[in-house]
Amino acid sequence: MTEVLADTRVPLTDPRVIRAVELIWREAELLDRKEYVAWNDLYAEDGHYIVPIDPDTEDFDNTLNMIYDDARMRGMRVTRMIEGYAIAAVDAARTVRTVSRFVPASVSDDQVVVRSAQVLVAYKRGRHDLWAGEVEHRIRLSAEGADGDRITRKVVRLVDSEGAPPAAGFLL
Amino acid sequence: MTIEAQHIVADAPADLVLGDRVAGRLYTDPEIFEQEMTKIFERTWVWVAHESEVPKAGSFKMTHVGRQPVIVVRNRKGVINTLLNRCRHRGASVCEKPKGEANGFTCPYHAWSYSLDGQLRGIPYPEGYEGVMDKSGMSLRKLRTASYGGMVFATFNEDIEPLEDFLGDVKLWIDRFMKQGGGYPIKVLGKHQFKFKGNWKVQLENTTDGYHFPIVHRSWMASVDEETADMMSFMTDPECTTHALGNGHSVMQMVPEHSDLDADDGTEPLQARFDDLVAQLKSAGLDDAAVRRLVRAMHGTGFNLNLFPNVSMSAAFFRVLRPVSVDETWIEHIAIGPDGPPEVVDPVNRARLRVHEHFQGPFGFGTPDDAEGWDRVQRGAQGAPEMPIMVNRGLAREKDSPEGWPTSHVTDETGMRGAYAMWKAMMSDD
Repeated sequence: MTEVLADTRVPLTDPRVIRAVELIWREAELLDRKEYVAWNDLYAEDGHYIVPIDPDTEDFDNTLNMIYDDARMRGMRVTRMIEGYAIAAVDAARTVRTVSRFVPASVSDDQVVVRSAQVLVAYKRGRHDLWAGEVEHRIRLSAEGADGDRITRKVVRLVDSEGAPPAAGFLL
Repeated sequence: MTIEAQHIVADAPADLVLGDRVAGRLYTDPEIFEQEMTKIFERTWVWVAHESEVPKAGSFKMTHVGRQPVIVVRNRKGVINTLLNRCRHRGASVCEKPKGEANGFTCPYHAWSYSLDGQLRGIPYPEGYEGVMDKSGMSLRKLRTASYGGMVFATFNEDIEPLEDFLGDVKLWIDRFMKQGGGYPIKVLGKHQFKFKGNWKVQLENTTDGYHFPIVHRSWMASVDEETADMMSFMTDPECTTHALGNGHSVMQMVPEHSDLDADDGTEPLQARFDDLVAQLKSAGLDDAAVRRLVRAMHGTGFNLNLFPNVSMSAAFFRVLRPVSVDETWIEHIAIGPDGPPEVVDPVNRARLRVHEHFQGPFGFGTPDDAEGWDRVQRGAQGAPEMPIMVNRGLAREKDSPEGWPTSHVTDETGMRGAYAMWKAMMSDD
């Protein structure tokens, strides 16, 4: 059964929502710590990690995105970030991100969709860059317990997705 | 010769460019940047659009010529104009949508309204201007605009040579570039934008810098299939050359067997990664030859065609630079693909978008490493501004091709020398 926000508001204290939020916060810390292998393990094999350009599109296949990763691309991206060849990743900015303003968009016993706001500050060579975005996580809840919960889709919509962010050596 | 004797110290910017080296000050001196804006970007042809970005009457896009904001817009008769995005009344921008369709442009401040041709059509409460001003003299400023092969250029310089003369031998290469449509016209699919804290000429050089590729892009090379990595292994292949084409333009051939995509003896196998695409195209009714034309062009053409001063037709996309300040540049990576029946071009373009995302944009596997290299250039060049930036690679092996183009290996700096010769000529011109 799926409950929709507009009709029946699911409280943040709902245990299913708490599991989702804990996973989202764990993901945020892993990304700030650049623990990319552990980060990738949070995703389901059929999961997608997406940073679109078009602020409104859901048709990621037919539009140009900044990131549109399935498991294969995500795996290669992790390799790129850690193997030591990519000079942008080797000398990446330090990041600190806050993910909050959680809103449960839909909640069932096997899937939770949570919208949130993310504010990330990236520091490199005397400059602080601000990366702000709307985030949506789709999280598959495991019947075996929270350790088995996996992200099936994460979409990060930057407020300046159609502008010109700097090129990045880290992930959102 | 001592190191000191090689330093370049001069007052006039043009004297800071020698044949094989340029002073580091070219990247860092704000006064030089100011002169570049007027002497180069406001005097030459600057790329502003591809025709597919303004497909019908009223279609427009915002862009810049140098630092100046312009609107590229197609009028009712199908003619593409470039208008300064500045109201003639008090200077407000008349358009702030990056692209779209319009019947005209109305200034939000006092509602002066302009036609698609930039003519001033309406002024609220016009009695205040009776006996003061005639509307006919208050059109939006229109830049001279011309196109070749779908590439649209504009200039503030009414006296400049025709676009086709400015392009010269580049035209042949534009014709070749557009063959990657595989029998269909080319259209823009989308664009990445990013900014970097560095001078615009660092990007200008990079599009004709074959030398950096296996070093800066080792991470990307490691992530692609063997066929694609082999295709880009041009470092020691003597067939891979760069030509200087005149007027600062150059072409760098990384995959010369793909320079003319029509020249296909049928022996090169299609890449296995596109097997699914081949099957889709066949089921859409295309014969083997038509499928082969499209799929063999999935990585674009085998060259980067670098047009002075602001656009490179880079293999499978357009790379556009916009100078913002002496140490800030914005860059667009514009994805392109064939324009035709959806059952044919949609699967092709989906695959092209994924290839583009893999390398390009702020989170691509290539662009961030380029940007890191350029950031380091801008930071390092703060030291000893009189010390030269070297563009001498391959000078001793540079020869004229049968067409008369100075030519050397693809990893050599022939294209940069050509661009700096044009820079020097334009900066000398009072």
